[in-house]
Formats: sequence, structure tokens, C-alpha cells
Amino acid sequence: MNLKKYQEICKENTPKENIFKKTIISFIVGGLIGLIGQLLIKVYLSFNSFSYTDACNLMMITLIFFSCFFTALGFFDDLVTKCGAGLFLPITGFAHATVSSAMEYRKEGLVFGIGSNIFKMSGSVILYGVVSSYICALIKYLGG
Amino acid sequence: MIYIKAFLFAGFICALAELLLSTTKLKPGHITSLFVVIGAFLELFNIYDILIKHFGAGAMVLITSFGHLLAQGAFLKTKTDGLLGLLTGSFTFTTAGITSTIIFSFIFALLFKPKN
Repeated sequence: MNLKKYQEICKENTPKENIFKKTIISFIVGGLIGLIGQLLIKVYLSFNSFSYTDACNLMMITLIFFSCFFTALGFFDDLVTKCGAGLFLPITGFAHATVSSAMEYRKEGLVFGIGSNIFKMSGSVILYGVVSSYICALIKYLGG
Repeated sequence: MIYIKAFLFAGFICALAELLLSTTKLKPGHITSLFVVIGAFLELFNIYDILIKHFGAGAMVLITSFGHLLAQGAFLKTKTDGLLGLLTGSFTFTTAGITSTIIFSFIFALLFKPKN
């Protein structure tokens, strides 16, 4: 079998990714996360002791907690694979990436396992967030 | 009404990210980093505050709001600390998210074993 024919067969048998379907799934799942967040803010605001900022922070923490918990239980990985950007773009994705690398490297020890690798997948978000926000705030400061 | 707006906005941005993911060679890591940078630079023109005002949690749950909060923290601190504020203020508003992520991750990594 020559190379050209092999490549043709390969191309035929690669599963075609249905972009439209994936986009719709991401839209619905991402939207649901936003909706849940909004509902959580309302729930926390109904306790009179919390200010609006507190309620927003608590909403974030709740989402992060459940994302970490579901990842630890083991079924969140499949969900992230299926839902794509709908789950990895919200804050849930950041928490998922952090906890899954922490769990993966647990067996290599507390310091060189968890300690060194906890931000293996989510570190880029922090790095580029801090660098770009530094530049942005500097520009804004100098520009008045 | 705010619920529908939150749903539509979060969904729209996620759909946009999914389109980027499917049509280009970018990995999820690239896309989250890209959106954080976008969030930080939207802060330059105070756009993200307007988005949060209109779409509530729909704009807050996205990773772009992480970049926005970092930039906002750094900028607001410059008002009292001057140039030093850029370094002392960054994490002012994101502490809740980052600290809770670290604490929960550590606890769950100790308590649970990965499945495969």
C-alpha cells in the first residue's frame, strides 16, 4: 500500500467532529453555569448578612468547590471532554485543571508531587493574567 | 430578565471559545490564557464593569473576569500607593477564587485517589 492511499484511508476513517453540535452544547452548558451563578447570588443575597460583593465571592467559591468535588469523585473529566468550552472557560475549568493535576501527582509526594505540580495545567492562566493585568494597569496609570 | 441575560452572555462566550477550539489548532490551555488576557485588556476602557452590570453572573463566572479583577485590583491600588500599587494590589479581588481553589485542590488530592 502506498503512502497516498494510506493517507486517504486515514482521512476517511477519522471521525468527523461536528462543530455545530459542539458549539451548541458549549453554548447551553456555559449558559447554564452563568444561570446557576446568578441564582446562587440571589440565594446568598437572601441571607441578609451578606453584601453584594460577598455574595459574588461566595458564588465563585461554591462553583469552585463543586467543580473540585466532582473532579475528585471522578465524573467531571468526562463531562469536560463532552461539554468542551462550556465547562473549561468558566471558573470551573480553572478549578478542574488545578485539582486534577494535584490528584495526578499525589503519588509522587507532598512537596515534589502536589507542591510542584498543582499549577501544572492552570498556571498559565495565573501567569498571563498577572503579566497582562500589570501591563494594562500600568498603561491606565500612566494614561491617567 | 437578568437570568436570561446571564445565560445568553455566558453561553455566547463559551460558544465562541468552542468555535476557536474546533476551527484552530489551539488547545484549551491556549484559549483560557487568551481569554484572561482579553479580560485584562478590556479593563483598559472599563468595558468589563459594564458587562458585569448588564449580564451579572454571566460575565462573572467566565475566566475573563479573572483577568479583569487582577487588572482592576492593580489599578485601584495605584490611587493610594502610586506606582507601587501595581505590585501590591493585583490579587485584591481574586484572593477568594485562588485561595479556595488551592485549599480545595489540596484537600481533595489528599482525600481522593484518581480513578485511572
